[in-house]
Amino acid sequence: MSPLTYILGWPLGAAIVLLLVPRTFRPVIRGIAILATLMAAVLAVKMFLRFDAAAAGYQFEQQVAWVRSLGLSYHVGVDGINVGLVLMGALVAFAAACVSWEIREREKEFYLLLLVMTGGILGAFAALDLFCFYFFHELALVPTFIMIGVWGRGEQKDYATFQITLYLSLGALLALVGLIALYVQAGAGTFDIPQLAAHLRAHPLSPGAQGFIFPLLLFGFGILVSLWPFHTWAPPGYSAAPSATAMLHAGVLKKFGLYGLIRIALPLLPDAARDWMPILAWLCLGNLFYGGWVAMRQKDFNRLVGYSSVAHMGFVFLGIAALNLVGITGAVLVMIAHGFLAALTFGLSGYLYQQTGTLEIARLGGLLRRLPFIGAALMMAAFAGCGLPGFANFAGEITVFFGAWQSYRLVTILACWGALVIGAVYMLRAIRGLLHGPLPEAWAGVADAPHLWRKAPFLLLLASLLIFGCYPRLLTDKIKPAVSEKVAPALAPEIPARPGILARPAPDRDAPQPPDASPAALRRAGAFPRNSRG
Amino acid sequence: MNTLLLSHELLVLALGLGLLLVDLWLPLPAKRKLGYVAALGTGLILLYSLVCVRVPPEGAAGYAFSQMYVLDGLALFFKRFFLLAALLVLLLSVEFADRITSGLSEYYALVLFALAGMLFAASANNFTLLFAALELITITFYILTSFQRHRVASLEAGVKYLVIGALSTAFMVFGIALVYGLSHTLSFDGLARAAGALGGNRVFLFGLVLILAGLGFKIAVVPFQIWVPDVYQGAPVPTTAFLAIGSKAAGFVLLLRVLFLAVPDITAHWPHLLMLLSGASILYGNLCAIPQRNLKRLLGYSGIAHAGYLLLGVAALSAAGRAAVLYYLSGYLFTVLAAFTVICVALRQVDGEDLGALAGLHRRSPLLAATMTLAMASFAGIPPLAGFFGKFLLLKAVLEQAPACAAYYYLTFLALAGIVISLYYYFNVVRVIYWSANATDLSPIPVSGPIRLAIYACIAGMLYLGLFPGGILNLATEAVKALP
Repeated sequence: MSPLTYILGWPLGAAIVLLLVPRTFRPVIRGIAILATLMAAVLAVKMFLRFDAAAAGYQFEQQVAWVRSLGLSYHVGVDGINVGLVLMGALVAFAAACVSWEIREREKEFYLLLLVMTGGILGAFAALDLFCFYFFHELALVPTFIMIGVWGRGEQKDYATFQITLYLSLGALLALVGLIALYVQAGAGTFDIPQLAAHLRAHPLSPGAQGFIFPLLLFGFGILVSLWPFHTWAPPGYSAAPSATAMLHAGVLKKFGLYGLIRIALPLLPDAARDWMPILAWLCLGNLFYGGWVAMRQKDFNRLVGYSSVAHMGFVFLGIAALNLVGITGAVLVMIAHGFLAALTFGLSGYLYQQTGTLEIARLGGLLRRLPFIGAALMMAAFAGCGLPGFANFAGEITVFFGAWQSYRLVTILACWGALVIGAVYMLRAIRGLLHGPLPEAWAGVADAPHLWRKAPFLLLLASLLIFGCYPRLLTDKIKPAVSEKVAPALAPEIPARPGILARPAPDRDAPQPPDASPAALRRAGAFPRNSRG
Repeated sequence: MNTLLLSHELLVLALGLGLLLVDLWLPLPAKRKLGYVAALGTGLILLYSLVCVRVPPEGAAGYAFSQMYVLDGLALFFKRFFLLAALLVLLLSVEFADRITSGLSEYYALVLFALAGMLFAASANNFTLLFAALELITITFYILTSFQRHRVASLEAGVKYLVIGALSTAFMVFGIALVYGLSHTLSFDGLARAAGALGGNRVFLFGLVLILAGLGFKIAVVPFQIWVPDVYQGAPVPTTAFLAIGSKAAGFVLLLRVLFLAVPDITAHWPHLLMLLSGASILYGNLCAIPQRNLKRLLGYSGIAHAGYLLLGVAALSAAGRAAVLYYLSGYLFTVLAAFTVICVALRQVDGEDLGALAGLHRRSPLLAATMTLAMASFAGIPPLAGFFGKFLLLKAVLEQAPACAAYYYLTFLALAGIVISLYYYFNVVRVIYWSANATDLSPIPVSGPIRLAIYACIAGMLYLGLFPGGILNLATEAVKALP
């Protein structure tokens, strides 16, 4: 059995065990949840260390037929692209289980849903079968909705719950139609991703079919990742969610759409990808500027973090849109870095909310005096969010910029400004408002994290950010060969087997074209050497 | 003629008649228990069907009454389906018995007679048997619907069902007469031979459209859905449950036989008509369900939408689509019965099945709350439940046809819109159960042993079909091989 099966089996198995535990055994329930996520995290770390970056193909694979007549199978495996994501997901899940001591009512149901969500998330990132991939994602998505509805906070809870439910389901269903259409059009009679990839490399889909399926996947996945202008569900949803849910969703589950683009849309539909990427590049500016701009005006800290996470997704989209090795490697790096960062920020804001009962910046202030540990961690998270060197976000963002520069100069220049200036403004203003200045009377009683056990989840996430920030080769050495192997059809317009694409005259699209999407620039991008790690 | 071919129907009829006889000697308090006997008997017949009756191999179907009655894979699949549905409905009827003032044994017997009608419908190979089976179903349902004579709502539902049911019967008889007049045959096989020459005859097509209208009433598809909300709301809960699953499935098996066995050449030219019916039902059902406060009414409108989803598989005009219909119906059986069981048990004290009465259910009975949540999730098509895989198969069947005809793409997007809309009202039920603040009554709800069993069976069915779809899908694929 593959270690991946154990990694997602622990949380799902524990969820079934929880069904049998009486609801009054509170410490047992919490203990089981923490133990299961800890086991998943330990196994994920072990797998990450054993991963062989030099080997081609997938590792730790396991395949069991599910429905033979349709070509469905339970197929898991990792390559450089998702090994880091599985690791990040397992660590964040453990942290989320740890910070959930704030949940005081209906604990059994909460931990049950948390475990199902964790299992679904890890399964979605480990799956190598289109159907499994979607199945696990939905399995994780539904608990999110219920957790926001039952344990959420704030007056707009119901509205936010319904908005996030309908919006994300729409995105997921669009992606589902795209995936089924891909299966039908490929005609290989299998949902297996490696087999489909091999089949489509030999028999690429017609441009018409690609042009129909790609937008379905792009916008379906885009809605799930809060691509501007489909981002409006994110800030209210996250500000209403309990902290564990926000950590898991903003940190990990949301990356599913991006992972789907990199794993499925780009390699399997390369021609359409080249047509649509310039549009994505301009949309990502919407994320960076609009998300950042609105974040500056927020009065509630959680909404501010929600908008900042919308803004951060812009970097990943930019890296994907660059369609070259460096850009996509950077995009995966940002995905992992932002996962740790979003989890850390939402965990800390949940701690603040639990202590004060509000996250309105104007009502808070001077909390650093009462909360030296939480405050310092929040400050470091803010610096990471601004892209300070030393944190993993910096490594990822700079790699994305290197990659994007090859394809879209103007967009990259604008994105740099958006990232550096706007991000710094809202983050530092929020820090000033929360941690500095006079301490209002009302908060004289708030207490810092009392012992190591409470600090552990935050320390774990901070340590991950710093380790991958100071030594990003741990990830990039794994990501790069996998990207150049798996995403190759979309990356390299000058592959000799597909000369027709290059020879084609300028595409007849009516969308605005950035100045550097010309074939010449794309060719330069593909020829870009491999030595530009951040 | 081989009498064994009719064994299902004969056993069910004998059980029903036996029940009526035994009733003569039973004291009043013991009559309620008679429902368990009926359920047990149905269970035994189902067991007999599973163990002793072999699925006839392809091309070796058994015929009776000069080919009027056929026992093939499709018929057997649906017979077992109806037996399972009736078994669960009978358990529900026992639970409901204290709300029926008189004629309890007759209620059980009528459920069995309706079941016999459905069993005949599954085997119909001729318009005569089709009509007779449908009438047996419909007339028993007239009585079952208006069984709570002290409730005006129940009587009103009965009258509405009677009037509109009679209208649909009239449509159907007129259609059958026209078809017979032109083709001089009532059997599906004969019609398939004659229909080629009559394909351009407008009167013949008009007759077929009338027959489809009659079947459309049974499966509750737009524009023949007008009776659904009132009848669902007014009828006793077990009747509504049986109507929702049994009557709909009977309509679908007849629709499949007529479209693909009797007039396959004409059906091949009608995908747009079927798509139109499907799309209209999905939109109408889902949009109308949004403002509903009465749970049975809500499920009625959602049933219209589900008829639309099922028609997706028919409109695909492929074997995969027909197998998907059978699969979806199987999942729908467990889901519908789970939902109606919860309504029956949880809303015992409340008159009117208002949605708000579910508030606080998670405290009153975690089992019922979880069951209702799972049922809503399965309706909405959320993994790992049966509804998800069913919708997946239906969408796949439609998308497979799409490269040939672009209208299928529009239909797919319409279905997507419907699914997203439906999430709103299904999720609203879950919201009321788990986090509505207006819970007034928090007394625990007792759940009796047999009902507990029925609930576990429904949950197991929903999960099994969602997690291990291979088995039933193979059965469905084998069953639809009976249709060319």
